Amino acid sequence: MEVLEKLLDKNGLIFAFLMIGLLMAVSNWISRKLLRNKLPGTALAILAALVFAWFGGTKGVADFPMFAGMALLGGSMLRDFAIVATAMGASFTEIKKAGLSGVLSLFIGVILSFFIGTAVAYALGYTDAISITTIGAGACTYIVGPVTGSAIGASSEIIAISIATGVFKVILTTIFTPLVAKRIGLDNPNSAMVFGGLIGTTSGVAAGLAATDPKLVPYGALTATFYTGLGALLCPSVLYFLVQAIV
Amino acid sequence: MKIYGVAILAGCYLAGQLIGSLLGVWLNIGGNVGGVGFAMVLLIITNERLRKKGLLDTKSEQGILFWSALYVPIVVAMSAIQNVKAALSGGWVAILAGLLVTATCFMLVPVLSRLGKKTEQSS
Repeated sequence: MEVLEKLLDKNGLIFAFLMIGLLMAVSNWISRKLLRNKLPGTALAILAALVFAWFGGTKGVADFPMFAGMALLGGSMLRDFAIVATAMGASFTEIKKAGLSGVLSLFIGVILSFFIGTAVAYALGYTDAISITTIGAGACTYIVGPVTGSAIGASSEIIAISIATGVFKVILTTIFTPLVAKRIGLDNPNSAMVFGGLIGTTSGVAAGLAATDPKLVPYGALTATFYTGLGALLCPSVLYFLVQAIV
Repeated sequence: MKIYGVAILAGCYLAGQLIGSLLGVWLNIGGNVGGVGFAMVLLIITNERLRKKGLLDTKSEQGILFWSALYVPIVVAMSAIQNVKAALSGGWVAILAGLLVTATCFMLVPVLSRLGKKTEQSS
């Protein structure tokens, strides 16, 4: 047992490849045989992964030393590297065509998410501008939340809530994108770019589109990648001043 | 050689991240603004140029396509390392805000997509 533990500890990334491969094989089998392809195998695998993550801690299953390699495989370096690689299947003309609506959706996505977040915070009893702004920023992404919070001096409790809001958004996007894709017309590069700009959280957009149609991934990822930057730019500045003026 | 493709991908990735980081410093955010996006555009342009000159053979291309195919399993691994417990323990504010924001953005997708199509027709 000790030998095995040492082996897995040393070869974490390789073990993660094996685990993910097995998980996807099982998910695809269940999707095909038991669910008659009603839920894509990828969506099922992602859902199972989220459930496993729930048993872990702040880093999901990677909190267990045995699965530490998962943090490398699913970490931002390899994720971003693979997302860039998907651009090979993207067409530049399609991107240019959807350019304007993509940029527009980015601004609407950040500002709208922020104000819905602030409205919920206000409705549930938060009255100071700093807390309201930080929670609103968390409704953008789980990175914009803490960046904004620490910039304007929010308490760690509020920052934790803003992170939770952002992570919850990732989970909801991941689960529901393949289910609502048809109804919201998410089946072409143009709407995928709008989707990436509106939702903005790279992890959610990436996972949701992967489970819907991998061909759409590069388009959604392209706009989503600007979202967190735009949010981190607007939330602690213009949007914070606006909340201060209103409250 | 497949490694040529992987090297092209790595070069575009790093160049894009550098542009994103510099933009972050310049805007005083201290993060990375659109690094992945810049890298994607660089890869598309490099790819097109090299292909026209006949410098990118199928084998090199396969080096990039391999990483593109690994994307889905990486996303599954990424889901497995999310802080799900914290997301569910953030209280009603987190749950309600997350739910409302996600639902609203979903509903706006068809509205803004139509806008994109309209501008395309008028131009």
